[in-house]
Amino acid sequence: MLKIENLHASIDGKEILKGLNLDVKAGEVHAIMGPNGAGKSTLASVLAGREEYEITEGTVAFEGKDLLEMATEDRAREGLFLAFQYPVEIPGVSNVNFLRTALNEIREYNGQEQISAKDFMALVREKSAIVELDAKLASRSVNEGFSGGEKKRNEIFQMAMLDPKLAILDETDSGLDIDALRIVANGVITLKSDKNATIVITHYQRLLDYIVPDFVHVLYDGKIVKSGPKELALELEEKGYDWIKAEFQH
Amino acid sequence: MGYTENDLAKDLENSEYKFGFTTNIESDRAPNGLNETIIRYISAKKEEPEWLLEYRLKAFRIWSEMKEPNWAHVHYEKPDFQAISYYAAPKQTKKYESWDDVDPELKATMAKLGISMEEQQRLTGVAVDFVMDSVSVATSFKAKLGELGIIFCSFSEAVKEHPELVKQYMGSVVPVTDNFYAALNSAVFTDGSFCYIPKGVRCPMELSTYFRINEANTGQFERTLVIADEGSYVSYLEGCTAPQRDENQLHAAVVELIALNDAEIKYSTVQNWYPGDKDGKGGIFNFVTKRGLCETNAKISWTQVETGSAVTWKYPSCILKGDNSIGEFYSVAVTNNYQQADTGTKMIHLGKNTKSTIISKGISAGKSQNSYRGLVQIHKNAHNARNFSQCDSLLMTDECGAHTFPYIECKNPSAKIEHEATTSKIGEDQIFYCLQRGISEEKAISLIVNGYCKEVLNQLPMEFAVEAQKLLAISLEGSVG
Repeated sequence: MLKIENLHASIDGKEILKGLNLDVKAGEVHAIMGPNGAGKSTLASVLAGREEYEITEGTVAFEGKDLLEMATEDRAREGLFLAFQYPVEIPGVSNVNFLRTALNEIREYNGQEQISAKDFMALVREKSAIVELDAKLASRSVNEGFSGGEKKRNEIFQMAMLDPKLAILDETDSGLDIDALRIVANGVITLKSDKNATIVITHYQRLLDYIVPDFVHVLYDGKIVKSGPKELALELEEKGYDWIKAEFQH
Repeated sequence: MGYTENDLAKDLENSEYKFGFTTNIESDRAPNGLNETIIRYISAKKEEPEWLLEYRLKAFRIWSEMKEPNWAHVHYEKPDFQAISYYAAPKQTKKYESWDDVDPELKATMAKLGISMEEQQRLTGVAVDFVMDSVSVATSFKAKLGELGIIFCSFSEAVKEHPELVKQYMGSVVPVTDNFYAALNSAVFTDGSFCYIPKGVRCPMELSTYFRINEANTGQFERTLVIADEGSYVSYLEGCTAPQRDENQLHAAVVELIALNDAEIKYSTVQNWYPGDKDGKGGIFNFVTKRGLCETNAKISWTQVETGSAVTWKYPSCILKGDNSIGEFYSVAVTNNYQQADTGTKMIHLGKNTKSTIISKGISAGKSQNSYRGLVQIHKNAHNARNFSQCDSLLMTDECGAHTFPYIECKNPSAKIEHEATTSKIGEDQIFYCLQRGISEEKAISLIVNGYCKEVLNQLPMEFAVEAQKLLAISLEGSVG
């Protein structure tokens, strides 16, 4: 589904990703872990298409298409979803209006008809239940006045509504208490299928207790330096990142 | 000489303005210039009574002594008042008995404006008094309104049919001496709208007038007078588009609202006049005086969505004369490219327990300058007066400007006045968030801007709100920098 080869990306002339490789297949969950500043969020931003980053080398294929050539909105329409680490507030724009606009743009891109108001509301009810999101939040302005936990749940709710092929969760666990963490994780698990894939970017192991990854990758200094089964996450939790740093310090 | 399609073709080098077209209807046109002879010509053309001619001549003499105001935060080349023709009327001035009688070309114009009359009549129940080049050519729903005693007609017709009302109220809120442009309008106004709601009557439909500047080089001097008698209610809509012109066109309207005891007037405007091209060439000068008077327990609410004109100078105001009266001002002003807007309101609190609310949302894009200018004045007898003002500015680029000039004059210690102001730049993060959800940049801007203006748009009647949202999107296309 996603094939990243030798990806180099920099911002303001500073190279952050330095030859990253990753292969994600449908039905898989990949966890990307690593110390602060390793380039985890940069990877998410580059895949989603943030313009501040300059791609200096490498390729990214998404469902066989050149992802880096696509406009940000087309990446989303092709089925790439990013759950933001810091979801943005849009005052005065209701969540439902926002999502209906998004959903219809995606449908139009894929040659589908606009969704009817009735079907849309039914979908909202069904999907908001997955993340136990209060129906009232669906009609409030996008993320405005939401608590940290509500914002993260809202991200997963949006993911459920848009039904992406590839979801990238960028530090979705940060700032969540244990109950919110469980709800968010359950949401992600419920949405999992053999047709979609998930990349979980996280600093801590605890989210992976709920969302069990097929692969764990350690991102350090702009590269994936170690990959392994889910046990690798436990090892990282136990030993920290220092042994990795020591191993790869030049 | 009529302005022909060929002339138009030459003028239409800039095809960006969607409503830039003219209708080839022969017109009666006064020679350029302004003097007493011209005023007598206008008055004679309109078959006016002697008192109105006197009113005009008095206004002209006052205007001749006045100087153009230059305190507003706008810069432009002053119009040459002697190079303007002050009267143009379509030649067929006969009133139509039925819709079928209306000139097909006129119908086409209305269709281009997106206001199919049949449709409006059928779907929305809006009675439209269509003003083209200052003469009202079609009026609908008159019979139905007539049953309730509501008068809704062109200003000229009101002068003929209801002279006592016009004489009593014209100039009572905006006197001829008020300001330069009001004086000019009082001297040369050609037509406009008149509305009277009798005691205790709630007008059952939105009253609506579409103004349109159609003749090359003619200033527009509309005059609107709305009188809501005791205990009555009316919602009045004013929407505008104009064909594009190379030279600047002057528009100096006067709107007077009178809300008698316990009456309520809601006045909504969507203004979409030609703003000039990308380089700041052309566009309408919009110098308008709008003011309402509230008697006891009365309420006047102004809502405006201003996206057009090269230069806007406009302060819809409320004189809260009666005790417990309420004034409201909800405004969205958008400026793009080289547009300049200096707009706001005045809330004059004279009576006890008077209340006013000001919500102003400015949006600046391109190299434009957008200013809010407002006055809250609490007079010494206005016990327990209250005001709340909120002035927000949204910047779309690094080259535009937003300015806020709030004036507060308070002479009564029991008054409560609150003022809030914010300035923000449209967030790249917000746009990226929308893009990541599959929403195009254009739609994203439209969503964000409409969200920002929601408090104001919510005040507009439904159909108008939809139109206003589209206008905002059109005005700001490709404007984030």
